[in-house]
Amino acid sequence: MLEFISRMLGRESASSKSVAKERLRLVLVHDRASISPAMLNKLREDLVKVISNYMEIDEAALEFNLCQDDREVALVANIPVVKMKRDYSAKGQDLNS
Amino acid sequence: MGEVIVVTSGKGGVGKTTTSANIGTGLANNGHKVVLVDTDIGLRNLDVVLGLENRIVYDLVDVTSGNCRLKQALIKDKRFTNLFLLPAAQTKDKTAVNPEQMKTLCQELKEEFDYAIIDCPAGIEQGFRNAIAGADRAVVVCTPEVSAVRDADRIIGLLEASELRNPKLIINRLRPAMVKRGDMMDISDILDILAIELIGVVPEDESIVVSTNRGEPAVMDLGSQAGEAYRRITKRIQGEEVPLMNLEVPKGLMDRLKKLIGLG
Repeated sequence: MLEFISRMLGRESASSKSVAKERLRLVLVHDRASISPAMLNKLREDLVKVISNYMEIDEAALEFNLCQDDREVALVANIPVVKMKRDYSAKGQDLNS
Repeated sequence: MGEVIVVTSGKGGVGKTTTSANIGTGLANNGHKVVLVDTDIGLRNLDVVLGLENRIVYDLVDVTSGNCRLKQALIKDKRFTNLFLLPAAQTKDKTAVNPEQMKTLCQELKEEFDYAIIDCPAGIEQGFRNAIAGADRAVVVCTPEVSAVRDADRIIGLLEASELRNPKLIINRLRPAMVKRGDMMDISDILDILAIELIGVVPEDESIVVSTNRGEPAVMDLGSQAGEAYRRITKRIQGEEVPLMNLEVPKGLMDRLKKLIGLG
């Protein structure tokens, strides 16, 4: 009974504000994802540097893109591995030192 | 040396001109020497909001292109001897002025005035670039709507890319009753998204329509809620710390009833 009155008085109804916030969140991810090519290049270089500590990769065949569709923005990288490095743990520690 | 503050938003119709007029008038009322500059070339409106539309002889383009001296184009306000308007040209377009000319003009205004308030046109094209060219500070106006918040986000990005760091946010036309029932984004929701500092919240208020009809900014109307909000914003621009206005919805019969039966 109390719940019924509560609903009558306009509580617990789904708010349009939360719909607005969620839609804005998504649209702004898209808007803000239009980052400069220079920054994308820098990110690519850093990524290659880190991965190279663990495996040998084919840099020439590397694909690296920021993809957008209606629902989300994703950083998609296709990185062909040529060879795994055996001493990865030592290299990994080098990074931290 | 004065300060140049640009009032911008990205989206049109959110209240840039009303905000510029009220901040400018408020600063003049507090004793500062102020000039309001309308950079919306082709769609000027700051003159009518201030009630000065009948006094225009020269305009912004006349000044930047050297047709007249700055002093000749400045229109003295009706109420305040320390408030001036530099109107936009109505018959030219936004390419009639360039950012370099605006920088020079702003430099000149800073020597003469305590504050120059630049009313920016909607959009992100040349009109926007002109308006921000000579500014020291930026105020972003935004209403609690998806479209306005989105455009404000874009403008904030562009301002920061142009070295205008730390723009301040005015949330305009907030309706406390709608916020209360969850049908309008609240102050905190918008601040979450835009992540910039708030400098004021102006409630939706019919007195703005009335004051625009009359050409007398609401900041001078002591009975106006929006006017009170603008008086507080003016003080914050001067560097004073003022609490936000209480915008709670007055308790109605239903609220009292709810409390009575233990739901409130």
